[in-house]
This record gives sequence, structure tokens and C-alpha cells, in this order.
Amino acid sequence: MMSLGAVAGLSLGSLACTKAGMEEFLQKHFREMTEDEKKQVIRRLEERYLKKYGKKVLISTQPAETGVLWGYGLDLSRCIGCRRCVYACVKENNQSRVHPQLQWIRVIRLKKGSLINLENAEHYYNPETVPEPGFMYMPVQCQQCENPPCVRVCPVKATWKEPDGIVVVDYNWCIGCRYCMAACPYKGRVFNWAEPNLPAAEVNTEVHYLGNRPRMKNVVEKCTFCVQRVRQGRYPACVEICPTGTRKFGNLLDPNSEIRYLIENKRVFRLKEDFNTDPKFYYFFSA
Amino acid sequence: MKIVLLLISVISIGLGLTAVAAQHDEYPVASPPFSEGIFPCSNCHAGLELNTKKRELKDEHTSIRLHHAEKERWCLDCHNGPNRDKLKLADGEIIDFTESYRLCGQCHGNIYRDWKAGIHGKRVGFFKGGKRTYFLCVNCHNPHDPKFKPLKPEPPPTRPESQYGK
Repeated sequence: MMSLGAVAGLSLGSLACTKAGMEEFLQKHFREMTEDEKKQVIRRLEERYLKKYGKKVLISTQPAETGVLWGYGLDLSRCIGCRRCVYACVKENNQSRVHPQLQWIRVIRLKKGSLINLENAEHYYNPETVPEPGFMYMPVQCQQCENPPCVRVCPVKATWKEPDGIVVVDYNWCIGCRYCMAACPYKGRVFNWAEPNLPAAEVNTEVHYLGNRPRMKNVVEKCTFCVQRVRQGRYPACVEICPTGTRKFGNLLDPNSEIRYLIENKRVFRLKEDFNTDPKFYYFFSA
Repeated sequence: MKIVLLLISVISIGLGLTAVAAQHDEYPVASPPFSEGIFPCSNCHAGLELNTKKRELKDEHTSIRLHHAEKERWCLDCHNGPNRDKLKLADGEIIDFTESYRLCGQCHGNIYRDWKAGIHGKRVGFFKGGKRTYFLCVNCHNPHDPKFKPLKPEPPPTRPESQYGK
């Protein structure tokens, strides 16, 4: 008991030895903050980032718009498994580069003829060129479930589904228990096992509080459909980088959107639909 | 009666024309990927005599290897002979290079339909509240050899056992 208390005291001590650290330790859950409190938190964070990275990082708290439910389409007949999306995502979303290397997109390779068999999926494939004959490629990232099991298991409600359907994490509220990672059937979440390794020169300074702001050790992170971009009307980074035009994005509630067109006109499936997770990520075949 | 019919036909033709014009203004396309310094083609071609005989080009454009139904066609089936700065549709309509998707769409109708809906090809920028750019067919496919070429993949992820060893 004594030692437990000492450990708690130590960690609190190391975190809260400055005034800013103390304020951060006591800061509220994002959804319970008033506008003033949000502004304060943003100011404090921007100062911290300026000190750490020598850059002015602009942190947005732009809320979801009404009448919007984001959906994603991925054309399995076009993906060639080149992993351009993986690294564009890392760059856009300020992931730790090495030790730990965190990536939000995992491209799995499947043998043609047994696409349903995910047990034989391989994501360390590394040939000279892609696509390889006889294989299909299937990028997997957070599927932004309408019924997200990760949200249900979080003991402290540090992760939730926004009104526009994006599942986000309040990194300051996350306690690092990783229940959400165990609950996710898509391996959509990754954990900062060590202090993130983000070179100052590579920091993307346009960030969202609930998305790509630089993270800290011991928190979980995941794809947010580039919340910082899509709420401004821009396509996600992975959509823009894809050399084969495999990735599609749009508002599921807008009958004229690209995503609605493909759902209505193409052969579409959702991954592990039988788990009743109701993903908003649609795999389709255009050819 | 005849006058009424005439009026109706004039109006409908007018409407049809504006509809066609509107349809072609609708796509904010990227600039065509010309080789450096090659456009406008009339820089060289204006002074050359038009030779409509199908032949192998030996002096210029030697890097172009037509691999796109090459038995059935050659340069001047798509490029406009009299004015080389334009393309030519099968029905003889002369179009700009920025409208080349209409040329491709003559054969690849289902792909053209998907492209117009934003399902084939790529759009970048702002889908709302800003500038959006549609890639042309030729921004990704070489029109003379359109099959997509294999790429070198980016490196695979680090295996967990080597993540924290160093």
C-alpha cells in the first residue's frame, strides 16, 4: 500500500511540478470544458508545443457540423498495396516515426481466391514492385463504427463518437489501459508505448485537439478520417496521396456525394459486418 | 403551326447547346501532363505539311511507343491534323486537351460514367468550400500506353520485436 502511494505520488510529482503541469493534470474532460476552458487549454498546449518543437502549432477545436455523417469508400479492385497512404497519414497526423513506430493504416495482402480468410493475411510483404500476381491488397484502418466496441469498453469515457460519426480520443483523459485496443476487431488503434519520436522539422502544425496534435507517452491513438481536414471540407491525406484513386470520401447524408454513389451503384461490403459494429468504411469493387 | 414547331426546335437546340456547354464547364480539371516545352504543338507543326499516312515516326516523338489498340489506330485518330493544339473526337468535333476525358470516354463509357461521379480517378483539394481539382485520365494513365505500371512499395512496418530493442 505504501509503495503504491509512493508510486502515485512520484508520477504526480513529476507531472505536476510546474504550474502548467498541475493545470494539465487537473484539466477536465474535453466534452465538459466550457469555451473559456478550452481556450485556456489550447493556449497552454500551444506554448508547450512551441517550446518543444520550436514551431507555432495551430490547434483547432472545430466541432462537427449538423447533417454530416462521414463515410469512406475503398476500391479493392484498384488498390495495388504501395503503402503511399500509410506514410502520408503518418506525416499528416504527427505519429511517432520510430521506436515506437506508429501507423494508423495497415495494408494487408491476401491471396486471390481466399479473400475471406484474414487468418492468412500478411502485412510485412516487401517485394520489388507491387502489385504482385495472384494477390489482392486491403488497407485497414479505423472503420469509424456507428456502434463502436472501443467506446463501450473505455472505463473513463476518454473515447467517444462525435456527431459527424468520427470516433475520437481525448488524449489527456486516456489512462492507457488499452481496453479499446483489445475490443477493436480491426486493430484500428495503436499505443504510445514510449515517448513519441516526432522530429521537430516534420511536425504538421495544422492540428485538431481531438485528432493529429502531437501525443504523449501512454496514450492510445487512431485514424480520425483526418478530422482536422474533413471538417474544413478537405479530403483526408490518404485520399489525396493514393496513386490509383482507390480511396473515396464523403457525406453519407448527402444523396449527391461520391460515397453515396458508390454505395448505390457498386458491389459493397463492410469488414466483419457480422459483429454488428456497423462500420462507415465501405470496401467496394469498381471492376 | 410550322412556326411554333420551328420555335420549339430552335429553343430545344439552344437548350441542348447550353446544357452541353454547362456539362463541360463542370469539371475543374488539372492541367494536362505535357512533356516540358512540347506544348503548344503548333510551335513546330504550324510550318510542317500534314502527312496523313499511317507510319512509324523516325525523327520526332521517338519515345512514344503506342500500346493502346495500336493496330487499329495511330496519331491522327485522336490528335487533330490541321491544328495540332487540339484533339479530335470520332464525330469530328475538335476539343481542347483539357477536355481529353471526352475523347477517352468515347470507348471507355462505363469508366467515364464513374469518373464523372467521382468514383474512378482522383479528386483533390476541397470537396466543400474551396477549390477542388479533378485529375484527368491522362494525369494517371499515359494515353499512348495506359496500363498502370508496377510501383516500388513503401517499406513494411517494423516488427514488434524490433520496435523497442534499441
